[in-house]
Amino acid sequence: MKDKTLLLIAIVTLALALLPLGFESNVVLNFLAFAMIITLAAQGWNVLGGFGGQFSFGHAAFFGTGAYGMALLQVRFGVNAWLAMPIAIALGAAVGYAIGFLSFRARLRGSYFALVTLAFAEVFRISANVWSFTGGAAGVLVPLKLDPWNMQFADKRLGYWLALALVALVLLITHRLRESRFGAQLIAIRENEDAARALGADALAVKLKAIALSGGITAAAGSLYTQKFLYLDATLAYGPWISVEALLAPIIGGIGTIFGPLLGAFLLLGLGEVTKTFFANLLGGARPGADLVVFGVLLILCVAFAPRGVLGLLARLRGRGA
Amino acid sequence: MSPLLRIEGLTKRFGGLLAVDDACLQVEAGSITGLIGPNGAGKTTLFTMIAGFAEPTQGEVFYKGERITELPTHVRTMRGIARTFQIVQPFAGLTVRENIAVGAHLRHRARADALAKAEEVAVQVGLEPLLDRPAHALTVAGRKRLELARALATEPQLLLLDEVLAGLNPSEIRDMIPVVRGIRDSGVTILIVEHVMQAVMSLCDTVYVLAEGRMIAAGPPADVARNQRVIEAYLGQGAAARLRDGAAHA
Ligand SMILES: Nc1ncnc2c1ncn2[C@@H]1O[C@H](COP(=O)(O)OP(=O)(O)OP(=O)(O)O)[C@@H](O)[C@H]1O
Ligand SMILES: [Mg+2]
Repeated sequence: MKDKTLLLIAIVTLALALLPLGFESNVVLNFLAFAMIITLAAQGWNVLGGFGGQFSFGHAAFFGTGAYGMALLQVRFGVNAWLAMPIAIALGAAVGYAIGFLSFRARLRGSYFALVTLAFAEVFRISANVWSFTGGAAGVLVPLKLDPWNMQFADKRLGYWLALALVALVLLITHRLRESRFGAQLIAIRENEDAARALGADALAVKLKAIALSGGITAAAGSLYTQKFLYLDATLAYGPWISVEALLAPIIGGIGTIFGPLLGAFLLLGLGEVTKTFFANLLGGARPGADLVVFGVLLILCVAFAPRGVLGLLARLRGRGA
Repeated sequence: MSPLLRIEGLTKRFGGLLAVDDACLQVEAGSITGLIGPNGAGKTTLFTMIAGFAEPTQGEVFYKGERITELPTHVRTMRGIARTFQIVQPFAGLTVRENIAVGAHLRHRARADALAKAEEVAVQVGLEPLLDRPAHALTVAGRKRLELARALATEPQLLLLDEVLAGLNPSEIRDMIPVVRGIRDSGVTILIVEHVMQAVMSLCDTVYVLAEGRMIAAGPPADVARNQRVIEAYLGQGAAARLRDGAAHA
């Protein structure tokens, strides 16, 4: 069973890696690379929300910290991009630990925890918007210097493969998580925190570890975002859009599963593209926000008919068929 | 030899209510000690203070001669105190095997070892055929066994059982009594809260009686059952006298 999951991870990774070999379309490549970034952000959310049952509405705090960390380390301190990325990830993990420390120690759960994370993300966004160090409202621009040494690739496929490698790494990490004591205790806390404590789980320590890991993974997504677009402002980095996508993708794909965030990110972005095109054709012009309406409807449908996401729905249908 | 567990003057106040009032109790290593009392007497509250889920308003808890009054729950579990919940608290979305494995992980880091331990415990409490069932699909009797199994999987030295027989039918109770006795025989000391008198009488070496937060009697089960204050606590003021009169008339 364990080997089957590993095999599946290998197959999925390989298939995704081979995808861009067949064509040269920039549109598709951009879509794939962006899907990897959203997947990574969602995988981070899934560690805390999916396995740990602690729903965050503010994963932008981690994404933005990774993104700004990556940009500012390069622009302000001249740090090489390959070194900046692990530092940005560590910063995301530290922010995760700090937010976790403040809210879990105060025993915040459920909607209280969700609201507090949302508040933190907003504080970060507003601060980044006014602080000159982060470039204020004008944002921060990473100079274009196409060179693999700068983690800037002339061949867009390389950027995609880098993001895919990180996604694959997190697939392995989540797989390991499910086979570990830490993972067992985290899932137990999701199911029933008091019972988990009675069985020896140090609930606070386990949740802190989970939110740090979660923050680090989502910060990795942010750092990739910086390298892909080479521009950031407070709304891009710390805006609610990424908090929403980081939580919608796992919920739609399959919350608390290894592949849920990946599947959900593709569904979400694919649907977003379709909607945008559809409304643009229908109404004779782009309608910003139309995709958000569709996301909302999708979320409602999901909660009503597929509470365990598409993967859960598939498992249920297969169970009924057998 | 000092007792495995000793509580002294333990008190818990909820606002104006004294749920536990200056309670003392000792549990000898290797024994099955009973804690009985009418509904609302404070038995569960006493358990939560021993297990570290609630801080006492006053009083001390000693385990193996050491004061543990303020230790966090997970540290007490690590030192060998495990509890079950009167209102069962299964990990509903997990299988029986996964439920028990959470407890087993306390002393087994590797997943494979924890799963093996879970299976071993399931055999011990008679849950083996249900190992791959989701916990939410269990009957009341199954859930009670699961509570017991998870606590046992932490390999405790002191097991606190809160009404693991409540809600079971007579034949299920008959099945469970030897399981509890078997756990003691394997070297685990047990403190058990129970309303099922048949079980208390047959299992316990010593019984403590709590009524309205106060410890009103202690001793071998047969003595306690004849104790006038105990009978009155259960049946109301003057009940002992009425029972005696009734017996005299018959
Ligand atoms: N968290 C709490 N807050 C306020 N009052 C409480 C709390 N927990 C228990 N009580 C009260 O304390 C008293 C003792 O309750 P407890 O559950 O310990 O009794 P018990 O002996 O276990 O009863 P039962 O046999 O019904 O399980 C009851 O009056 C109960 O209502
Ligand atoms: Mg009780």
